[in-house]
Amino acid sequence: MSARTLISPATLARPRGKAIYWTVFTAVVVLFALAFLFPVYWMVTGAMKSPDEVARTPPALVPKHWHLAGYTDAFDLMQLPRHLWNTVVQAAGAWAFQLVFCTAAAYALSRLRPAFGKVILGGILATLMVPAQALVVPKYLTVADLPLIHTSLLNDPLAIWLPAVANAFNLYLLKRFFDQLPRDVLEAAEIDGAGRLRILWSVVLPMSRPVLAVVSIFALVAVWQDFLWPLMVFSDTGEQPISVALVQLSQNIQLTVLIAAMVIASIPMVALFLVFQRHIIAGIGAGSTKG
Amino acid sequence: MAKTVERRPVEEPAVHPVPAPPPAGSRGRSRLIDQARAYAFLLGGLICFALFSWYPAIRAVVLAFQKYTPGSSPEWVGTANFTRVWHDPEFTEAWRNTLAFTLLALLIGFAVPFVLALVLNELRHAKAFFRVVVYLPVMIPPVVSALLWKWFYDPGAGLANETLRFLHLPTSNWSNGTDTALLSLVIVATWANMGGTVLIYLAALQSIPGELYEAAELDGAHLLQRIRHVTIPQTRFVVLMLMLLQIIATMQVFTEPFVITGGGPENATVTVLYLIYKYAFLYNDFGGACALSVMLLVLLGAFSAVYLRLTRAEGDA
Repeated sequence: MSARTLISPATLARPRGKAIYWTVFTAVVVLFALAFLFPVYWMVTGAMKSPDEVARTPPALVPKHWHLAGYTDAFDLMQLPRHLWNTVVQAAGAWAFQLVFCTAAAYALSRLRPAFGKVILGGILATLMVPAQALVVPKYLTVADLPLIHTSLLNDPLAIWLPAVANAFNLYLLKRFFDQLPRDVLEAAEIDGAGRLRILWSVVLPMSRPVLAVVSIFALVAVWQDFLWPLMVFSDTGEQPISVALVQLSQNIQLTVLIAAMVIASIPMVALFLVFQRHIIAGIGAGSTKG
Repeated sequence: MAKTVERRPVEEPAVHPVPAPPPAGSRGRSRLIDQARAYAFLLGGLICFALFSWYPAIRAVVLAFQKYTPGSSPEWVGTANFTRVWHDPEFTEAWRNTLAFTLLALLIGFAVPFVLALVLNELRHAKAFFRVVVYLPVMIPPVVSALLWKWFYDPGAGLANETLRFLHLPTSNWSNGTDTALLSLVIVATWANMGGTVLIYLAALQSIPGELYEAAELDGAHLLQRIRHVTIPQTRFVVLMLMLLQIIATMQVFTEPFVITGGGPENATVTVLYLIYKYAFLYNDFGGACALSVMLLVLLGAFSAVYLRLTRAEGDA
């Protein structure tokens, strides 16, 4: 299935073509290893060096003695379990809220013909034009003092969960998918007497697994990687997610311990990526080009 | 990585057949119930959009013309916030830094991934390896990337200077030098975000019909000519889209300057979003922060509008 690219297979088959190909191939492998894998290696092993060794010049490629103290200290000194748990709660909640409310709203907009549905959809899509970060300050003020009920969500995971629902991109993704579901299946369910909720739960959702997976990954990654918003809304150290805690604690902590904490903070996302890499990579590629 | 599902022309009539008009009287009530049900499904999403998207957008504009500190009642001040912010010496620096950052990120963050994708597309082995490795930094939390590079840039035992010494090259101040700090941050951002761009380019390159290259080669076009006359025109749309997306994203840069340089040295890396943050959380001047936000909003909103128009036009074509 290897399609014709810039260089023809015939050119590559010649001895000179082969030599050039393998030279380039090796160069790219080395380049990738140096540029992308080595920093990660440096981080993982840096945490295992002794505090003296990590600051030594010239640096040691391999730790002389492998210490695990950096990792264990990170857990104790930086209260990592607490911050990791906060991040998990924030990410899981944002995921659940987004899945429930965005799916319901997308289903309504796609299938239930609400009055002013087009206006609402337009309003939702219009938010795509507004750069998210430019709105953080008024959003912060809203969260600090909710209109009408005058409650503050600061230092509360709800400050992550509820704004996460207002994700026009994910909602639109779901709506477009629901639009394309075969009509006859849904009509058959309706004729069988299934209610709206029943159709959504037993017919639409099972057919929508691919798009739900995409939305789930986006939702989890977005919360785990975010920095500015949690920095603003969690002033209480005990509620901060790992990203904010790392920066706050980075000043007064030993380098090896900080590096260990950085590795630990990266593991969940890297693991998620390695498990779902096929889907993630295929999604990025497929979405970007016209069929 | 904005779009993930294929775009298709909207086909409203086919998807939503117009229901037969209900006979007068009894059906009116059931339609009302239908509407109530539809809105029950919509409610949660609507409330969240209203509270955290629509209302803040309006509030940003209103607050930009008010003097406001939380707890006190707002007071109309006309354009005073704008003029105050405008005359802040940091204002010019922040915009200059942001524009320089965006331009540098475009230059580096564009050429490098494109060439990389071009080369990767020709390689026939270890494709999965390359894709995973190039995307790995994207999955590392941005804060971790920033801290990692802060450590690399350390003037003493940092890896960056160690490498230069090893190669017998002059060392640099990296993120600690007024003239090198911004470039250092661009390198971090490029390293951390390049994976997505490379994968999107790869997909675009793969969608180029092989016959085009074949025909060009038969016409005697050599390698560079094939790139010039086939590859670049065929990927022009994707390049344009990514360029717009990158401008929008990099003009909102915050994490790298906040974590690595703290805006320094001598404000060399204060960006607009950083300044907004300072106005709100250091100076407690929310009117000024919103005035700045509105400026950023107007500028980036224009880019977003162009982007959305183009994707829609392409989708309908």
